[in-house]
Amino acid sequence: MTARLSPFLAIMMVVGYAFLYGPIASLVIYSFNASRLVTVWAGFSTHWYVELLHNEAIQGAALTSLEIAVTAASGALLLGTLAGYALQRYRRFRGRALFGALATAPLVMPEVITGLSLLLLFVALEQAVGWPRGRGVPTIAIAHTTLGTAYVAVVVEARLAAFDRSLEEAALDLGARPLKVFLVITLPLIAPALAAGWLLAFTLSLDDLVIASFTSGPSSTTLPMVIFSSVRLGVSPQINALATLFLVAVAVLVTVAGRLMGGAAARRKPGDPGMSG
Amino acid sequence: MIAPAATRPAPQASYLRIEGVAKRFAPGVPAAVDGVSLDIAAGEFFALLGPSGCGKTTLLRMLAGFETPDEGRILIDGVDMAGVPPYRRPVNMMFQSYALFPHMTAAANVGFGLKQDGVPAAEREARVAAMLDLVKLARLAGRKPHQLSGGERQRVALARALAQEPKLVLLDEPLAALDRKLREETRFELVRIQQRVGITFLMVTHDQEEAMSMASRIAVMAQGRIVQLGTPQEIYETPANRFVADFIGGVNLFEGRVLRAQGGLLEVECAEAGTTLFVEHGALPAGSAVAVAVRPEKLVLAPPAGAVNRLQGRVRGAAYRGEASTYEVELAGGKLLRVTLVNAARRAPPYGAGEAVALAFAPAAAVVLAP
Repeated sequence: MTARLSPFLAIMMVVGYAFLYGPIASLVIYSFNASRLVTVWAGFSTHWYVELLHNEAIQGAALTSLEIAVTAASGALLLGTLAGYALQRYRRFRGRALFGALATAPLVMPEVITGLSLLLLFVALEQAVGWPRGRGVPTIAIAHTTLGTAYVAVVVEARLAAFDRSLEEAALDLGARPLKVFLVITLPLIAPALAAGWLLAFTLSLDDLVIASFTSGPSSTTLPMVIFSSVRLGVSPQINALATLFLVAVAVLVTVAGRLMGGAAARRKPGDPGMSG
Repeated sequence: MIAPAATRPAPQASYLRIEGVAKRFAPGVPAAVDGVSLDIAAGEFFALLGPSGCGKTTLLRMLAGFETPDEGRILIDGVDMAGVPPYRRPVNMMFQSYALFPHMTAAANVGFGLKQDGVPAAEREARVAAMLDLVKLARLAGRKPHQLSGGERQRVALARALAQEPKLVLLDEPLAALDRKLREETRFELVRIQQRVGITFLMVTHDQEEAMSMASRIAVMAQGRIVQLGTPQEIYETPANRFVADFIGGVNLFEGRVLRAQGGLLEVECAEAGTTLFVEHGALPAGSAVAVAVRPEKLVLAPPAGAVNRLQGRVRGAAYRGEASTYEVELAGGKLLRVTLVNAARRAPPYGAGEAVALAFAPAAAVVLAP
């Protein structure tokens, strides 16, 4: 289909995209600026990226962020898969509606509230049972797990809703025990959704600032926190470079996650061989 | 209710025995399956036929072990199946959606059950190859389900259900997903394969033509019960009641009252027909209300003068179907009849709308049903 866009619509589209992505584009462009001044263009350079390589504070923060994101995404995958499975497979149990609402509430909960409540929880726990001792990487990871679990649960539930139960019945019928059925039929078929859920949780953890700020301790500065605090001291093009790398990483992950979710859907609907193009 | 099974020689070896099985999904709603008993012999091609929602699929799922009966017993080869999980039953099912594993090749799908049984790889490969040969798919062994056409997928599903050499194969609407032409070809193919492998087939279908052309015996189900059990011919020619008569093929019904019984003929007074009808039937007390059922193809148009059961009407419309034409004929009293006439000659249908016609049927061609 090649419907021609009217000039008005084309202009509106350009303006709309410029509004959305103009600031991001300028950020990326100025990361290649030779000048120290963020607002003055002085020729192309990858100087700030090289500088970034030698900035140990930023590298440390990046490693911290990565550690937290991997831990949180893995925890969220486990809990979210269980929640999504329960929500989809056990249609009737006492408190199902409440469970469903609670499992997905963090999606819409203001992050400030999530962060504050978790901080209060951790402080109270420390006073009551002595754990967690202070705040740091573990507490941020736990906090991010709660957020990621909701996303994984939604993705897994959606995938299972589209899952043809007769596939599992066929495997049972052919002599496979329930655990075997789950491992060789269910799991491979929902694997794309699991991978997508993990990547989403990973991305959420990677770019979260608010919850991390509430639940972090002195030794646990994440990448978004470094960016945020350094901006208050004046923007260095180094931050532009860092943000650009960050942007690329997130874009790649989200694209892969989207592909995994969409691709699985496309494969389930085998096209009619007679219909080409 | 008639019980043809009792009047026929009992099947020698009853392989599948269903005794008073009932299933209710929720309290207060009508039972999905309501006290069904059946005996199916080894090697039989049996069909459960009924409209959607009659409980036939629920019954099939209870045989496979996916649902548990509330009442009654299911015995396969003499063994009570209560508490036996699906993966331990000597039964394989072919699903309506085929349920082929999308991440496995056709060969891996067919070999899945053998793998669960622990059949060594070499033997498994040979068996898979033999099965794919049986359904004429050897050249597509390496394809994934989404690379196969509907008919090919159907055959992979059949091969998979047969691969473990079960004693009983359950087929849930095996042809429903195919287009009409392929469906008709596949009917013969399925029967041929069933005869070759000698496995008992139990098929569920809502298509009466499919059931009649494939099965050796049919159980017609309605509202969770079996309303008639018999060979295709018994069910078509001597329907037990109005539901069966109407569900299996078309039927014309004349409401009437018995005048008298004489010499194997029943004389039925029938206002709708505008004449007294004669039907071959055992004696019934005079005055009993009955319905005389006549199949559309058993009505004769333009009968010779003096024929019994001669009716007068006017053609309302004709539907040309190629091999036959169906006429709608309105009798003087306003009753509409359907008449099927084979188009034996290559010319336009002989009767047009508005034409007055006479029709008749032989006393042996009609069936007397309770009203």
